[in-house]
Amino acid sequence: MTAAREVLTFDLEGEILAVDARDVREILDLVPVTRVPGARRFVDGLINVRGQIVPLADLRLKFGMSTPPPTVDTRIVVVETRVDGESGAVGLLADRVREVAELSAEAIAATPDIGLRWRPEYLRGIGKRDGELILLIDLENILANAGTRPGRTPEEA
Amino acid sequence: MSAPVDPAETFRQEAQDLLVRLEDVLLDIESNADPALIDTAFRALHTLKGSGAMFGFQDLAAFAHVVENTFDRLRKTGARPGSDLVATSLAAKDFMRQLVLDPAAAEPAIGEALLAELRRLDGAEAAPAAPTRTYDIRFALPPDCLANGVNPLPLLDELRELGACELTADTDAVPGLDTLDPERCLLRWRARLVTDKPESAIEDVFMFVIDDMELEIARADAPAPVEAPPPAAAAAPAATGGTSSTAASGIRVSAERIDSLMDRVGELVIAQSRLRQIAQTSQDPNLRAIAEEIERLAAEMRGATMGIRMIPIVQLFGRFRRVIHDLARELGKDVRLTTAGEETELDKTVIESLADPLMHLIRNAIDHGLEDAADRRAAGKPEIGTIALEARHAGAQVLISITDDGRGMNRERIRAKAVEAGLLPETGEVSDADLFATIFAPGFSTAAQVTEVSGRGVGMDVVKRTVESLRGFIEVASAPGAGSCITLRLPLTLAIIDGLLVRVGEGRYVIPLSSVEECVELSDSETGGSEARSFLNIRDELVPFLRLREMFAAETPPDPYQKVVIVASGEQRVGLVVDQIIGDHQTVIKSLSRLHADVTAFSGATILGDGTVALILDIVNLIAAGRALEQRLRAS
Repeated sequence: MTAAREVLTFDLEGEILAVDARDVREILDLVPVTRVPGARRFVDGLINVRGQIVPLADLRLKFGMSTPPPTVDTRIVVVETRVDGESGAVGLLADRVREVAELSAEAIAATPDIGLRWRPEYLRGIGKRDGELILLIDLENILANAGTRPGRTPEEA
Repeated sequence: MSAPVDPAETFRQEAQDLLVRLEDVLLDIESNADPALIDTAFRALHTLKGSGAMFGFQDLAAFAHVVENTFDRLRKTGARPGSDLVATSLAAKDFMRQLVLDPAAAEPAIGEALLAELRRLDGAEAAPAAPTRTYDIRFALPPDCLANGVNPLPLLDELRELGACELTADTDAVPGLDTLDPERCLLRWRARLVTDKPESAIEDVFMFVIDDMELEIARADAPAPVEAPPPAAAAAPAATGGTSSTAASGIRVSAERIDSLMDRVGELVIAQSRLRQIAQTSQDPNLRAIAEEIERLAAEMRGATMGIRMIPIVQLFGRFRRVIHDLARELGKDVRLTTAGEETELDKTVIESLADPLMHLIRNAIDHGLEDAADRRAAGKPEIGTIALEARHAGAQVLISITDDGRGMNRERIRAKAVEAGLLPETGEVSDADLFATIFAPGFSTAAQVTEVSGRGVGMDVVKRTVESLRGFIEVASAPGAGSCITLRLPLTLAIIDGLLVRVGEGRYVIPLSSVEECVELSDSETGGSEARSFLNIRDELVPFLRLREMFAAETPPDPYQKVVIVASGEQRVGLVVDQIIGDHQTVIKSLSRLHADVTAFSGATILGDGTVALILDIVNLIAAGRALEQRLRAS
């Protein structure tokens, strides 16, 4: 892709993450979250997004970040994505939503293999803007297989 | 208008409708002597051939042509088709369906064999050949026929197929190139045709354009006055008109659109319940009036939207007519099918999921249930066996029953099998319910010999699982010598259930009310909670119970008086220990995303009146967990 790409940037524990702006459906204030016992910790929430039940992902748990309680700036970014081949919406917990930014293709460098706590398959690329690093996350890969664990029964949950 | 539709796809849909109608007619023909049926079959075949050729389905057109000839002959001679011819025609119909859906996958050898069989049967039943006659034909197609999608070439080919034919085109009316409109067909044709077919066969070639075209047919060998148009030609446009008007009374809507409409209505109901809460605390009579009005409208809207998902069960029953016809032939049994309650409506998803289980039950009834003619005579029953399919409403449930008047279930043999499989103890009284429950166990089959019909692939255990996944139950009744009746009890819709709302820790959960047997309080001795005492004594029966607080890792302190909700699926029961029973809740079910595909304790989720999400417990899986717990405890 040569054209510039519009991304939505948000903060998560000191990092700036970004998702493709075309995939963003809406941004919500924090709403009551229903916990799903037995689900993987980082996707164990359900929220009501205007009549639709949407899973809520807390990426901080996936990436081993600390998890301080929500603040007035906490938001939920509702993103359209695919989970194991099925398309649907997923809510992402964000410490603060920044802006819709334009990242030129040149600014998005290929993911370096070293020097990051992020596994390369979780990133689509890294952009630079005003001297800050922006991590363009690959949500599909992050969520892949989150709902498949062999040999689990309700009593073990 | 939306984006242009692929014409081949349009043809496929039209062709499938035609094939369904053809099958209906073929199944009626044996018992009904109305010559109009043969006419209908013929016209369906004719349209298949014509449109097939037009849309590039050449194999289909060629195949339909031969079948059409057979029915043409029947139509003209007034002969009744024999049962062999009907069976072969049904097989031919299946082959044509294949040619419509996936021509590449159709096995030409099967087609050849079917056609050969048709020709043979046709020859046996055909009337002696008519004497040949010679016709002079002059015709011009409607000038706009090309724009309307009529291709003249197949029509000419069809004319040639009637017999020896000399065709010449008359180009007099075609203007010079400078004024030529390529979309207008101004060619005229002259033909001399030697054929043994009557004049109406020539008119049938032009069936779809005959109203707007010029057509003169004259006998060249023995000049005869031109006859009045025969009824076939007059009937054709009327029949076509009839079809399109039925098609226009319904529209195809994709399931996603209905689902999204259902979602919007769900939101509306939730917004409305908030409005009602505000209105109730308000003194403003206008606000209260409008809130009530909206409440009524929202309820009606919900009912109407749910109605869209409901389709009459006749669609399902119709499919079985064919199965029964084929099976009866295969097994050499005479079977009559009666149906009742075909107008009963069920959720579309339920109907689709039921096709295979019902098919299996019907196969079983015909194969194992019904005796052969000799045995039936000996038992003093009519030789023709009866399978009755019936659907009816019972409260919020729909009952579908399959009844046969066969020999009934052999209790001794079932018992012997069940004992052999370790499902029942060798001695002691066994209730009918327990006995019949064993036939749904995996791997259970009493068929002494496995026939081609039953005893392969899906078994009764699959039937049971499918019905339970639809939150339904199966009941079996059987009287020796008088037949059996299997009844499926199914919820009216999958989209909404009556639920019991409970609280465990801070979470609220919905238990499907249809599974709830009773609610009891957990006594102090049982609250103690060592695993060894995870049984309740309910009227001298030990029921294992699951502490949902532990399963769901609740963090808040437990309520002092824990409640137990006893749920059941069939004979299996388990107690679910909860903190609080909140009450009834009408539940709009939403499925969970793939992210939670591994969480087997829940079958879905719903949105409560205050807008929060509650999970719906999957009773079948919880009972399985309870059973595993029970076995572990008994073993230790």
